[in-house]
Amino acid sequence: MSEPKQIVIVGASLAGLQAAQTLRRASFEGSIVLIGDEPHFPYDRPPLSKQFLAGAWEEEKLRLRAAVNPSELGLDWMLGVAATGLDLDLRTVALGDGRTVTYDGLILACGAHARSLADQPPGVFTLRGLDDARALRSALDTGPARVCVIGAGFIGAEVAATARERGLDVTMIEAAAAPLVRVLDAGAGLAIAELHRRHGVDVRLGVGVNEVQAGADGRVERVLLADGSAVEADVVVVGIGVVPNTGWLEGSGVSIDNGVVCDSTCLAAPNVVACGDVARWNNPRYGRLTRVEQWDNAVDQGAYVARRLLEEGGVDPEPFAPVPWFWSDQYDRKIQLAGVTGPNAEVVNGSLDEQRFVQLYADDSGRFVGALAWNRPRQAIQARQLLEQEAGLDEARAALGG
Amino acid sequence: MKVVVDFDLCESNAVCMGIAPEVFEVRDDDMLYVLDEHPDAALHDRVREAVSRCPKQAISLED
Repeated sequence: MSEPKQIVIVGASLAGLQAAQTLRRASFEGSIVLIGDEPHFPYDRPPLSKQFLAGAWEEEKLRLRAAVNPSELGLDWMLGVAATGLDLDLRTVALGDGRTVTYDGLILACGAHARSLADQPPGVFTLRGLDDARALRSALDTGPARVCVIGAGFIGAEVAATARERGLDVTMIEAAAAPLVRVLDAGAGLAIAELHRRHGVDVRLGVGVNEVQAGADGRVERVLLADGSAVEADVVVVGIGVVPNTGWLEGSGVSIDNGVVCDSTCLAAPNVVACGDVARWNNPRYGRLTRVEQWDNAVDQGAYVARRLLEEGGVDPEPFAPVPWFWSDQYDRKIQLAGVTGPNAEVVNGSLDEQRFVQLYADDSGRFVGALAWNRPRQAIQARQLLEQEAGLDEARAALGG
Repeated sequence: MKVVVDFDLCESNAVCMGIAPEVFEVRDDDMLYVLDEHPDAALHDRVREAVSRCPKQAISLED
């Protein structure tokens, strides 16, 4: 792309803001339009299930640093308005208020929304954005007799931990045999279950939810489980994953399949790139389409696509091939995974029982593919670097053992 | 450039150390130590990246 004049970013959260900041750092002097469907300036989401929900932080503290002074980056902010359509030929984005914005380059950073149950009576919450967090926090402030968390993924497990630390009685229900099955192996997932049990959470694994029942006043009263039991609860939190925000792109010509499908350089269409939770790209490190719903990926990919867009038409860009990394804080445990899990797991430092350890993962061929660290932050970052260097298992054992 | 860490926010995720080990070090006590508060110009890009990628937004820069 030669000399883009206007770059439009759909999505005013972490990935989109990082892209905007990177464009300015790369001395892009054209206009940047940042479109966000929420009315809020960009804020950090991880604290929503932790410090903010705990009541320890107020909203001001959530604002992303690059948005503390909204005029600093010289952006054209369009907040509280959703993108509703894309025309690749005309290079325009249609907005919910009837306006149309023209782009030379487009960054899709439109994220995902929380999956919800078909019928959610009052007292049932999902947690994705600030408004959700405000509502849930208010509900916890009223001192419910029991909080029932449906789904033991990141959101469910973190909300359970925070509610428990607020002194509330908590039941956490997971249909799979262990928490966090999408990202952890069963052994590590069961260690998460044990962590919650030690803190007094009633953890029910391998049982689905049949129905969320409301009482005579219309508010939620109990959750009926597939094994015939019931959990009485006046607050229910549904944490059963997210759905990429791609509805507005249907029929646009952009390929949609569990996210915006991109090539290995995050290109979705000519002059259109995608990043963050909505982007499903071919990570050459793993040789498969990958969509990552993690904080660090949003930052890394947001920066990458900004540079990628400016290079369009120039040299062939390097593919986006990160080693994924995430953290989750639950109680006083800092849980980090570098890389991915694999069928072969071995603890090389500490022990699961101490809940302070490093566990290495190898694939079927014995190749080192990931490391899980509990309260071992230094080793988690070291592991990530070793994975980037494609180090072997022996090297990882030597570096991370103890 | 002066590197400032808000230790009330820092939770020693060690991301900064991974990006700029000349400036940041998380030691065995799980505490972050700033090795160089005034890093050389050659390090500035990586220090800025560390600021962006700190998951707790605990690092800031002063002129």
